[in-house]
Formats: sequence, C-alpha cells, structure tokens
Amino acid sequence: MLEILKPGLLTTPQDRGRTGYTHLGVGHAGAFDEPAFRLANALAGNPSDACALELTLLGPTLKFHADAWIALTGAPASARVDGHALPMWSPSLVRKESVLILGALAQGCRSYLAVHGGFDFEPVLGSRSLDVNAALGPLGRPLRAGDVLKIGETGSGSFLPESLRIPALPQSHEPDPILKWSIDPRPWFEPDHEIPLRLLPGTHAALLDAESRAALHAQVFRVGADSNRVGCRLEGAPLALTTSLDLISEGCVAGTVQLPPSGQPIALGAEHPVSGGYPRIGQIARADLPLLAQRRPGDALRFVPCMLDEAQQALRERERQIREMETIIAKRLFQQGA
Amino acid sequence: MDFTAEPLSEDSLLLRFGATIDPAINARVHAAAARMRAAQLPGITEIAPAYASLLLCFEQGSGSFFEKESGSFRRAVESILAAVSGQNEPDPFSGREIDIPVCYGGAHGPDLVDIAQHAGLDVYQVIERHAAREYMVAMLGFAPGFPYLLGLDRALHTPRRLTPRTRVPAGSVAIGGSQTGIYPRELPGGWMLIGRTPLALFDPQRDPPCLLAPGDRVRFRAIDAGEFIAMRESPQ
Repeated sequence: MLEILKPGLLTTPQDRGRTGYTHLGVGHAGAFDEPAFRLANALAGNPSDACALELTLLGPTLKFHADAWIALTGAPASARVDGHALPMWSPSLVRKESVLILGALAQGCRSYLAVHGGFDFEPVLGSRSLDVNAALGPLGRPLRAGDVLKIGETGSGSFLPESLRIPALPQSHEPDPILKWSIDPRPWFEPDHEIPLRLLPGTHAALLDAESRAALHAQVFRVGADSNRVGCRLEGAPLALTTSLDLISEGCVAGTVQLPPSGQPIALGAEHPVSGGYPRIGQIARADLPLLAQRRPGDALRFVPCMLDEAQQALRERERQIREMETIIAKRLFQQGA
Repeated sequence: MDFTAEPLSEDSLLLRFGATIDPAINARVHAAAARMRAAQLPGITEIAPAYASLLLCFEQGSGSFFEKESGSFRRAVESILAAVSGQNEPDPFSGREIDIPVCYGGAHGPDLVDIAQHAGLDVYQVIERHAAREYMVAMLGFAPGFPYLLGLDRALHTPRRLTPRTRVPAGSVAIGGSQTGIYPRELPGGWMLIGRTPLALFDPQRDPPCLLAPGDRVRFRAIDAGEFIAMRESPQ
C-alpha cells in the first residue's frame, strides 16, 4: 500500500485509456505521454497497460507501506526517497516506511510513476484511467492527501510480460537496493522546444486565409495558461478563415487542432471531447503527441507540415523503438533477477 | 447513399453523409453504423455516430486500416462502405423505443415558464407538445450519456441561456435551440430546463452503461412530483 501525503498539482491514475465507448459520449483519456508511460511500466516490470500515476508540474509526496519496485519517467522531476536522490528512467526499490517526495518538474509538464504490480484500482468501463472532467475512473477525481492506493499482486505471472519474469524482491538486508542502470531519456523526453510538431492538414486548413496559412507553420505559438489534459491553447497572432463556417459537431481525436472564433487554436489532448464543432485546421502526427504532452504553459510550440504517409511511418518507427526498448528493459530485469 | 471518407489521423476515418442537422441524414449515419457494428471487424475500436458523420477508429499496429500490409482488413472495411454507398435508401434501421418519465416544471423545470412565454403557449401546452413527439438519439456527447435528441416541435425551439448555470441537476431535461437533451449527471450547462427524469442515464457499473444509444427513439411521459420521488427511490 501507498499513501498520498501531498497530492501535487494534478496527480491522476492513468493506463492506456478507455476504448470502445466513444459512441456513448465516453472519452478515451489515458496517459498523455504514451511512450514515457509505457517505459515507466517496463522499468517497473509491468505489462504496458498497467495503471501508473501521471504527475503534472508538481509531483506528490507518497509514503510506502510495503517494499515496492518503482520507476519514474517523463519530464525531469526532483525526486527524493528519505533524502536520497531517486534516479529517473531506472528501476528502484523503495523500502517500507520510506517517503518519496516528488517536487517540481524542472522542465516539461508530465512525469509517470509506475510501481511493480500496478496501481490496483477497479477498472471502470475497461480502464483504470481517470477522466477528470467526466469524473470517471479511479476515485472519480484526482488524488488527494490521505488517499491510500493498493498495489496489484506481484509475481502472479498473469501480470507480467509474456515469457519474462521479474526478479524477486531482494531481502531487506540488500546493501544497495538501487540498481545501477538507467535508460537514456532521449529520445523519450525532448527538452528542445525548437523541435516542431508535425502537422497533417486538417479538414478546413484550405479555408485559412493566405496570411493565416503561412502563420500556422511559421509562427511560434505559446502554450496558454489554461491548457490541460483536454487541450493546449496556442497563443499567437490570431488565425482566420476566409469564410465563416457554420459547422455541426462531429467526432474528434487526440491531436486535432481546432480553430475557435478567437483565432487562437486549441490542440486536443488525451482527454479530448468525443465531438466538437470548431473548424479543424490541422492534425498533430501521433508520433509527436508526446511533444504536445510535455509543453507547459509559456513554452514555445511550432508546427511543420507533414503528410499522412510520413506520419504513419513516424508512428510505426516510434512503436518499433518503444517495443525494442521494452524488450531490452525486460531482458535486463530478468538478468538482474537471475 | 453518398458520403465522403476523410482520414482524421493515422488511425481514424470520418465518413460524412451531409453537413446539416437533419433526421434523414442522421438516420443514414445510424444505418451505416449498424452495418459496421454487425460486421464485427476486430481491428475497429470505435464506431461513433454524430449528426451527419460516423467516426471509425482503428487499432494501431499491423491491423491498422491505413497500413499497406493490412490489405484484407482494409478490403473488409471498404466492402462495407461500398455496400452502404450502393444503397438508395438506408437500411430500415430502427433503434430501441425508450420511454422516459419526466416531472415537468416547478423546481425540476425552472425554465418551463420562460419556454412557454417564448413559445407563446401556456405551460400545459408546452408539456403536451414536448411529450407528444418521438425523438431520435442523434448522438451522445458533451458528457458520458448526454443524448442530443432530434425532433423537437418547432414552437418549442428556445435559445440557450445567456449565462449558463454552473450546476444543472442530474436528470434535467432541457431545450437548447432546436434540440432537447438530458443531463446525465450534475454539470454546468446553458440549456433551458423544462423538467427532470428520475432515471439514471449513465451508470458505469451497469451494462450497457447508458440508458440510451445512438439511433434509439425516445418518448417523454409526464409524471408528477410524487411519482418522481417514488421512482427515484425504487429504480427498476
């Protein structure tokens, strides 16, 4: 068990999201930075869909009521266990009665804390992801001080990657419980905001006036203060369409860039509404959604045009890289345990 | 049935059957959705109707619709789409008929008087007209289980409130422009509140979680405050 002493700014249980209920108005939710989330699980010896915690800008303080293997990935966070620095992107053993203090994120917006066995919430509509606005999923709200989180069964086999085993927990007399290896945060965390997000043309992109069409790819947007898991507000010189459209609501997906009447685009995030009626001026390539997830209010954001083939290839390549890394991590954990 | 198909992203496709809120177009969307569901293709994760469009989402990876090597899956989807487009008339698709009890006016429908005033009717006529129609669940959205219902009597079309309420009680039946809808839980909202149903529209512990599905037909039935309490206390 694990107890929340301080909740941080916005700490939510997330897995890979809720699938198959869009037609009932139930959104997907799920971890916003999917690769960082999956690698946190891999490092904690979990299957890739185990429930982890998504931290936002300021992390929580947690007390462990049992020994646990944990892993922290995503945006660089200050992390201390009983005063000792906790390395990120690495599996670590945390002892019973230890207190883990996750502080402010130095840069980026979201980090992921996975624990071996996963956070054991009752799935709601097939997922342990919290949909904040729908108040759906674990506890129906973000974590608060005093919440006690159960950790899932470890070593039961059913919760481990196929054909791989997790090392048994070392006994408490283990001299140095922290393993001496970690994975390189690159390319999984990109601190350089000059790196543009690839943008597919949206349904109504051709209706942008000439100036706006140029500005969409030329200007540097600022991520607005009221950005969240639903969407990132992009502030810049307002964009305009050549004609006013009277659109009716249709389905939306993560990464859709909408243009509300203000002329300031909104890039939809992990907790995007299931439908919307604003013009769509672009679609962020899925492989670049982690870049969106990691821009915090005030950060710069730029787009570069991209076509569907290229975006698909980028997505395939990223998936290949994640799987390769998951395999490498699993092998290492296995060797460690042998 | 004519439609256009546009990829929204690497793993989703939007089929558009029109550009207006029109019951005939919406019926085509539900017919196409029913066909797609009936085919039970394993690579499809979402089949989500809206007023005039149908969103299809595909599994990532080797089975993805757009992957070159996934020819058989793509052909399966395309053959369904071809069957839909080859039809002159939509399938005689018919959703379920669902009866929804509503306690109109009073504390449950604080805007009933304003709706009546706007319509130039008395409140009893408004209730009678609202309960007389059969509505189509065009789509669910805004919040889990919130149905957008088509078929509202033209006389009852009422603009949304200038200042939305911060809290609309769960079960509130409301009018927003040309549509009527039901708030599945307490939410902020700008629609005009005409009454309230004791039924739970959305319960994630229930299977299916929603009382209504896209394409269902809905009728409202007036109940009094006593029945409202009785039904709330002993839900079926």
